[in-house]
Amino acid sequence: MPILALNGISKRFGTHLALTDVSLTIEPGEVVAIIGRSGSGKTTLLRCINGLEVPDSGEILFEGCRVERSRAGLQALRREIGIVFQSFNLFPHLTVERNITLALTVAKGVPLAEARERARDVLRQVDLEDKIAAVPLRLSGGQQQRVAIARSLAMQPRLMLFDEITSALDPELVGEVINVLEKLATGGMTMILVTHEMGFARVAADTVVFMHQGQVWEKGPPSRLFTEPATAELASFIDAILPVGAGVTHAIP
Amino acid sequence: MNRTFGLSEFLFLVAAVRWTLLLSLVAFLGGGVLGLVIAILRTTSSRFLRLLTNGYIQLFQGTPVLMQLFVFYYGLAVLFDVQVDAWPAVALAFTLYSGAFLGEIWRGSIQAIPRTQWEASACLSLGYFQQLRFVILPQAMRISIPPTVGFLVQLIKNTSIAAIIGFVEVTRAGQLIVNVTFQPMVVYPLVAALYFAVCWPLSLLARNLERRIDADLGIKWHL
Repeated sequence: MPILALNGISKRFGTHLALTDVSLTIEPGEVVAIIGRSGSGKTTLLRCINGLEVPDSGEILFEGCRVERSRAGLQALRREIGIVFQSFNLFPHLTVERNITLALTVAKGVPLAEARERARDVLRQVDLEDKIAAVPLRLSGGQQQRVAIARSLAMQPRLMLFDEITSALDPELVGEVINVLEKLATGGMTMILVTHEMGFARVAADTVVFMHQGQVWEKGPPSRLFTEPATAELASFIDAILPVGAGVTHAIP
Repeated sequence: MNRTFGLSEFLFLVAAVRWTLLLSLVAFLGGGVLGLVIAILRTTSSRFLRLLTNGYIQLFQGTPVLMQLFVFYYGLAVLFDVQVDAWPAVALAFTLYSGAFLGEIWRGSIQAIPRTQWEASACLSLGYFQQLRFVILPQAMRISIPPTVGFLVQLIKNTSIAAIIGFVEVTRAGQLIVNVTFQPMVVYPLVAALYFAVCWPLSLLARNLERRIDADLGIKWHL
């Protein structure tokens, strides 16, 4: 059974159609990279999955159960699905440790001592154990993003969503975050990533989804999608985003 | 009989400061509780509650505090058909007045917290009141320190209006002393100095608090 199934999701903002009839299934342990131009609906799709946006039509099944839109339903869902944002969104008034333990103790009812232990565990996973007592604003962007990942991991989610998590980082800080993602992927975490890191998508993703005009335009393993795009839209996107000579065959006019 | 301003008159004024402080404290604490409820209701999704609280704020912000005092003073008297003490009337009036202003100040502070903080905490499965208590209000509190202390200083000075209905705080005490000494240019500057002695340290304290919080959180203001 797929861990997540989207059936015919559509979403419009005013007159703008953000998503049109998007269907997608994700198997446990699968790493899915969603790529596409800005405005193609990638982020909206991700936000629909954990209820930050409510689709106008279509249904979302998490582990075979229809996702309930009630407050309690969403709260339950979000204990199972973690999300990491482009802008980190750490709580600036709390230490790194409290950023991680807050939801554990308050929303999940984990005893504080156990929550702190888990905080140390997840910080070790992102290699930031020494920053446990720091406040977020004293950390670099890359460190903040790794704390955000750790905070999400501490909830022990069954599915992780990543929304362009390296886009706000200085180039030299991207690598440390990508390393964490790669570790997670090889560790068997089910992940959906909206990303511009084609190198990562190519190496770590099982499936690449190319979105265009709010639709799933093309989908498949990275080995095929990046080398033999079936549509002109994907070909031109890859062309635009990959450095010259990165291995895409050009259609010569 | 004409007294000159001396030590006993001075002590009388200083002693009256406690009524100014007590009235300010009651109004600030009572208004604080009220204001917090108002601020939270103003940011909910319920249209009815937003309209109701907005009506209250507009009413108390749009009328002079002196008229509010009169309404409560004479209103309570008419309502209960007894001569009312000045104290319950001024305490009630200044509490409701503070509630309106603090409610509006704190609403602004809550709304100044980025939406992404609501989203991030919702995505960690926190409920609405947990979001408020652990994520939103602590951050809003930091933002609200300067306007809140600014209002508190205004409130302390505005309690002098209670003198008009005969509540003996420091301003009324000054009037009484002037009536027996005929030395207004000694008494009133002294009364003003007493207000200053209360208000100035508050402002300093607030600035200090802000600096300390900012240093703790690693916030640097580039102004």
